[in-house]
Amino acid sequence: MEAVEQAPALAAPARPRRSLRLTPEAVSWLQVGPLAFILIVFFALPTLLFLVVSFFDYDRVGIYPAFMLDNYREVLTTPATLRVYLSSLKFAFIVWGVTLLLGFSIAHFLVFHVRSGAVRTILFLLCAIPFWTSGIIRTIAWIPFLGRNGAFNQGLMELHLIDRPLDFLLFSPFAVCVTYVHLFTLLMIGPIANSMAKIDPALLEAARDAGASRWRTMVDVVIPLSKTGIALGSILVFTQVMGDFFVVKQMSGGQSASIVSALATEIQAMQYPPAAASAMLLVLFVAIMVAGMMRVVDVRQELVR
Amino acid sequence: MIAIGARGRDPRERRPWTFYALAVLMGTFLLFLYGPMFVIYLLSFQGPNGGVTFPMVGFSTVWFEDIVKPGQMANIPVSFGRSILLASIVSLITVLVSVAAGLGFRRRFRGSGILFYLAVASLVMPSLLVGFGIGLGFQLFGWQPDLLSSALAAQLTWTLPFGLFAMFAVFNRFNRSYEEAATDLGANAWQRLRWVTLPILLPGILGVAMGAFTLSYDEYARTTLVAGNRNTLPLEIYALISSSTSPTLFAIGTLTTTVSFVVIGITLALVLRMQRRRALARTG
Repeated sequence: MEAVEQAPALAAPARPRRSLRLTPEAVSWLQVGPLAFILIVFFALPTLLFLVVSFFDYDRVGIYPAFMLDNYREVLTTPATLRVYLSSLKFAFIVWGVTLLLGFSIAHFLVFHVRSGAVRTILFLLCAIPFWTSGIIRTIAWIPFLGRNGAFNQGLMELHLIDRPLDFLLFSPFAVCVTYVHLFTLLMIGPIANSMAKIDPALLEAARDAGASRWRTMVDVVIPLSKTGIALGSILVFTQVMGDFFVVKQMSGGQSASIVSALATEIQAMQYPPAAASAMLLVLFVAIMVAGMMRVVDVRQELVR
Repeated sequence: MIAIGARGRDPRERRPWTFYALAVLMGTFLLFLYGPMFVIYLLSFQGPNGGVTFPMVGFSTVWFEDIVKPGQMANIPVSFGRSILLASIVSLITVLVSVAAGLGFRRRFRGSGILFYLAVASLVMPSLLVGFGIGLGFQLFGWQPDLLSSALAAQLTWTLPFGLFAMFAVFNRFNRSYEEAATDLGANAWQRLRWVTLPILLPGILGVAMGAFTLSYDEYARTTLVAGNRNTLPLEIYALISSSTSPTLFAIGTLTTTVSFVVIGITLALVLRMQRRRALARTG
């Protein structure tokens, strides 16, 4: 926080020739103004709008201003709602667990084991570059790989590990999880590596000199000091999985639906009020989960300083 | 991008077994990350009689030629142009707005907490819902959704928080004594920004520009409900997935990935050049 407290001192030197002097706070407001404007107009207001619409009445022709809870009653009492939430939650937890283990291990490797800065940068870039390419392409890339006659099955057959192709690989919950892990592990690696890089190496040496095993050092020093990164990564992975509607649709072979793909169907049928009600339910759900995770760490403290 | 500080350690120190275990994990992960993508790059060069899986039946570029031929793929080149246009605009706005906001957030101001959490919320909001909300708004006012209005707005709700958080990381590593020195030497606020702060931040700013460009260029879920009549490339690709089962899809994938890689490559090259120049300037 030192940077913030220094700020007034920086803006202070008075230049008498300028007639118009803005207070530092006013300068900040001008600087964040465009961001605030765009986020309020195109994010906050539209969100409020579908909160309002979720209470509206509708029929096949249009939507009508009203205040009724029928849309919510409908969403909350349909068995399909519970089913898609459970299915999405199941994916979210599996993927969260896998990406956390994988992301933590890789971040640990990059920060504490790789000794050359250049190698570390190259390895990190190798992890990051696929993130900047199309998620759709990365999803369908698994189809020729995992399919019945796909590269993976053929490889296993050539190695004589299996006699006939494995069927569960593609268009299954397995394929969905694999794709999610492929798409989202970087979201764990990044924040966790960032937290770990801030750990003072002297702390680790002190732990070792005091006789702590590598395991104790990990549990008592590294993990507590990386918990901000862990929480940030978890929030990102969790919200991505809960908000996905492409991967489940494409990779589950119709066996599972996601919350958002169910919602998209309602939107395409122009049933805006019930769609808005399910959207609000999802927003509330995600908000509660995120708020819960943010209680663990002060994300703002970590990012802005 | 995350800078991971160099750790002083005796290079002769023996590596623990965990190093080897994690190195193997890292290698496997990279294989997992790139393997499937290489499969589609390879399959996009499938021979004319080949299908969407192995084996390769010869080697050809017919599937690439398919894209530019008139016919089923007619929309692909057009939508590619639109995506590039939209991504450039998104990238420009994201840089301007998030650099300014990054500067603003260096002081604590009333409302900074609210704005921060608004950005977090915008980032974690399920993507499709952003488009849904904006689409509803446009309908309410009787406006026609369009690429450069509603779709642009929907994409900005995603690239701006990203740009802002990237700028936080950039400013975290920024040494303010350079600014103080500039002020002490008599620079006014504008000169300080133009000749000191921005040049130092330039590699980070380029990173934000590249990130925003590629995020926009590949965006699907936020754009789909609000693109109006002019589809972007990802929307066209998505429409093709259900209808096309030829390696053309992979050829398109290879091409769009190439575009992303070119953008990433140019940015990295620029940043590296800048860093080398600076290192030279420092050593004299």
